[in-house]
Amino acid sequence: MGMRKVAVVGAGMTKFVRRALETPKELAWQASHMALQSCELTMDDIEAVCLGTAPDSFDGLHMNGEYLSDGSGGWNKPYMRSYVGGGTGVFVPIQGWYHVASGLFDVVLVVAEEKMSSYYPHAQAAFLTIFDHTTERPLKPNLLWIFALEMNRYMTTYGISKADIARVSVQHKRNAAHHPAALLGDAEITVEDVLKSEVLAWPVQRFDVSPVSDGAVAIVLAAEHVAKRLTDKPVWIEGVGWHLDTSYWTNRDLAYPRYVEYAARMAYEMAGIREPRKEIHIAEPYDPFDYKALHHLEGLQLAERGQAVQMYIDGTAGRDGDLPICPSGGLLGVGNPIAAAGLMKVAELFWQLRGEAGERQVPGHPRRGLAQAWGDLMQVGTVLIMGR
Amino acid sequence: MSSEKIELPGTSLSEKDFEEGKILYNTDEMHAEFAWDTGVGIGSYLSALKDGVILGSYCSTCRKTVVPPRTVCEWCFRPMNHYVPLQDTGKIMTFSLCYVTWDVQRIKEPLIPAVIEIDGASSSHGILHLVNEVDPQQVHIGMRVQAVWKPEKEREGAITDILYFKPSEEA
Repeated sequence: MGMRKVAVVGAGMTKFVRRALETPKELAWQASHMALQSCELTMDDIEAVCLGTAPDSFDGLHMNGEYLSDGSGGWNKPYMRSYVGGGTGVFVPIQGWYHVASGLFDVVLVVAEEKMSSYYPHAQAAFLTIFDHTTERPLKPNLLWIFALEMNRYMTTYGISKADIARVSVQHKRNAAHHPAALLGDAEITVEDVLKSEVLAWPVQRFDVSPVSDGAVAIVLAAEHVAKRLTDKPVWIEGVGWHLDTSYWTNRDLAYPRYVEYAARMAYEMAGIREPRKEIHIAEPYDPFDYKALHHLEGLQLAERGQAVQMYIDGTAGRDGDLPICPSGGLLGVGNPIAAAGLMKVAELFWQLRGEAGERQVPGHPRRGLAQAWGDLMQVGTVLIMGR
Repeated sequence: MSSEKIELPGTSLSEKDFEEGKILYNTDEMHAEFAWDTGVGIGSYLSALKDGVILGSYCSTCRKTVVPPRTVCEWCFRPMNHYVPLQDTGKIMTFSLCYVTWDVQRIKEPLIPAVIEIDGASSSHGILHLVNEVDPQQVHIGMRVQAVWKPEKEREGAITDILYFKPSEEA
């Protein structure tokens, strides 16, 4: 298609915390600074900046992109914020990718930041505004509803038990115990703990859910000729995909995320992948809730419909399994500062594929990984495939 | 550079730091008021609700009946201008027993939000509403339900003109 090869050459991130002292700008700068340092570049080398941050309502700031511009290095440069809800964290590196693949820029900084703690007393209430103001909001919905409704539809359709779904939460939180940024890493957590946690909106319980968090992540993208001068270990972006389903979310069967399938097929085709279960070595599906990881693995064609949980039962999904899932610890374990959480998955693949993930390192020199995010009102899928 | 060779930046605060005045902060409230025009499609839906009818719309190209009604068909992008009165009965596609309100207050008796597939609409086409007058433990996917309407004089052309859905008597 006449597109240039694009590599990830650097990455950086802050800790994910429930409430950060730093402002959104300060968090964005900390992650950006670390990403630049990791590939020994300065802001002078960056030709354009792509920013991702989720709804303005968390910060109470309209035009959050402009507000964040100094911390994310956008001043005096081509700079744009992209936004597809929770899918933003994996969309913003796609935006960076086409900036470079198109030939417009050689080196681009991609920054994702979220500070959810400012909304008082709980960021949950900010989500009321994602529902239709005339047909849904008068019913006083909360964000948990849509997840609970989708989870119930999913588990009932395929006959999956809550105890089996809880395995996802357990494994991700255990994985996160090795992540230095993690908010909810716990090496000792058990399925019992998840099943005993507070029932919020049955079937969703507290430990089925990722935490409200603050944090930022940044990566540096470079065109092939630059990447090869910067590093011996570039990690190439091999495929990208994104797709949207109907916003009338009560007008479709919630048991299967078709939009994730279409986004994945777009990315697989670009990457030349015909058998994803063999050709993807690490997957970081979006896991704001434990069942979502399963739902997404099925949409990504990495498991048959209703069968993804078997990967957790038989050990396939473990860090040393045949197809490690969320070796970072995911949103359930590391935390869920919305846009930053998606880009954290991309940073994790970068570290994993370079063999730099330390205690979290997946064995066997993985060659190719996939990161996916999901968002808007349950209808956008974003997919990125990286390889070395 | 591996992520764990260095201490990552970011400073964690707790609620206590605020209570004890260890950090400075300011608070503000936003007063945002809106008046939303209901538009053509949803306007028709709301005025039908006032008359005690759930209205859908039909696309003759795609042969689909959707609810709530709209003026354009998402599938073929053609105008969707046939309104169709639907039944006020249906079945539960999915539901939740919710023990927290929209602003995270705990409640003892759960709210039962559900997606209800409306009789007369195409398969898997439903609306978000609440279920009531039922033992929460008895609610199940596939359960037949019917709308409980506000008294006619109190209806105002809103989704809340349907108070909730309850198990239908036929069941």
